[in-house]
Amino acid sequence: MLRVILTLAGLGLAGLAAGLWITRPMTVDVVEFALAEFEADVARGETIYWAAGCASCHVAPDSEDKLLLSGGQRFETEFGAFVAPNISPHPDAGIGGWTLTDFASAIKHGTSPEGQHYYPVFPYASYAQMTSVDIADLWAFMLTLPPSDQPNVPHEVGFPFNIRLSLGGWKLLYADTGWVQPAETEQLERGRYLVEALSHCGECHTPRNAFGGLDHDRWMTGAPNPSGKGDVPGLTPSQLTWSAQDIAYYLESGFTPDFDSAGGKMVDVIENTGRLSAEDRNAIAAYIKALGR
Amino acid sequence: MIRKPLALGLVAVLALSGAAYSGGHGGNPAVKARKAHMQLYSFNLGTLGAMAKGEVEYDAETASTAANNLAAVSQLSQRGYWLPGTSSDDLPDESRALPALWQEGSKAGEIGGKFAEAAAALAAVAGDGKDAMAAAMGPVGKACGDCHEAYRKPRN
Repeated sequence: MLRVILTLAGLGLAGLAAGLWITRPMTVDVVEFALAEFEADVARGETIYWAAGCASCHVAPDSEDKLLLSGGQRFETEFGAFVAPNISPHPDAGIGGWTLTDFASAIKHGTSPEGQHYYPVFPYASYAQMTSVDIADLWAFMLTLPPSDQPNVPHEVGFPFNIRLSLGGWKLLYADTGWVQPAETEQLERGRYLVEALSHCGECHTPRNAFGGLDHDRWMTGAPNPSGKGDVPGLTPSQLTWSAQDIAYYLESGFTPDFDSAGGKMVDVIENTGRLSAEDRNAIAAYIKALGR
Repeated sequence: MIRKPLALGLVAVLALSGAAYSGGHGGNPAVKARKAHMQLYSFNLGTLGAMAKGEVEYDAETASTAANNLAAVSQLSQRGYWLPGTSSDDLPDESRALPALWQEGSKAGEIGGKFAEAAAALAAVAGDGKDAMAAAMGPVGKACGDCHEAYRKPRN
């Protein structure tokens, strides 16, 4: 009898170990990024910076300086309150002491340099599709930004969501899930890269399941506003009847086709998309118009 | 350059008739006046935006007229219709203006000032060509967004 119990316990431990191994925090390949770092292009990195919307969450609350990433914005969710950290290049308060591979592991896999899982409020589930070259260019640009010595504020997350180990299972199910929409042309492919990866539009415009994973069957059909008030609108052709030109102009200027203006969190998004090239905004518009096929 | 006083006159008439109109009908007159004010912005921005988007061919005179209207409306005193007690909490069916607009630390007035500056700058260059006009619309849109981000309740 004791033997049976011991065997079962042993199997249980082995299973637990295997589970932890499978869901361990992933990191990126060092060699691949060493090459990308060597050729990193700061000017391209700035475009990635705006497209990826880093400033929208990581500047101080109500800050007009979109390059000072001192953190501090609070995000109230049903899982708890998250506070954006300082990601300025300050060596202690920010991420200035990181290597490119630390940065890439955070972006693509949601893994910290200490090997911990980040919460998916950081949209690594979308960023997972970013190319190594883009990550290296973005890193090179971010190192040129002003440092801030603003200390980080801890998240306020209750049990059981405060057990970061469990995030490994979440990632296995919901992060790095590949492309959602087909892309038959070069423009649609660029639009898909911008919408699904860099600009992570789906994180707010797609509803989530009970575990907080994006529901790909209802991709971009609108969702409750994560910050509480109202709804984030759906963008599929049956929900949004704007022309591609209207969408591109909205992303440039913030003006809707009837010349109302963007409101809420979308205002921050337009500060970013307004800095992209017209080609990129047209690519996003083409992708939006092609949704739901 | 007879257009500017004409535009100002028109705006004044509209504002007056708006006040008289809203007095006799349902709904909060202050909220209706605010919406009418925004509608005048929207109409004139629509004229400029159609040209910026390329839906309508750029015309210097049309652009200048619309931009002058916009700048003129931005100079109207709005003190009379941003009244306390007319927020989205007070009048949930009519008003989307969040209570924060009236609270300590509200930047609505400051943003309104920036809008007026941006509208004046737009009016100064709207007749100088499509690119100059489109570029000057940027700060106008930014001021719209800044206020709507912080002080307008999202639609449900």
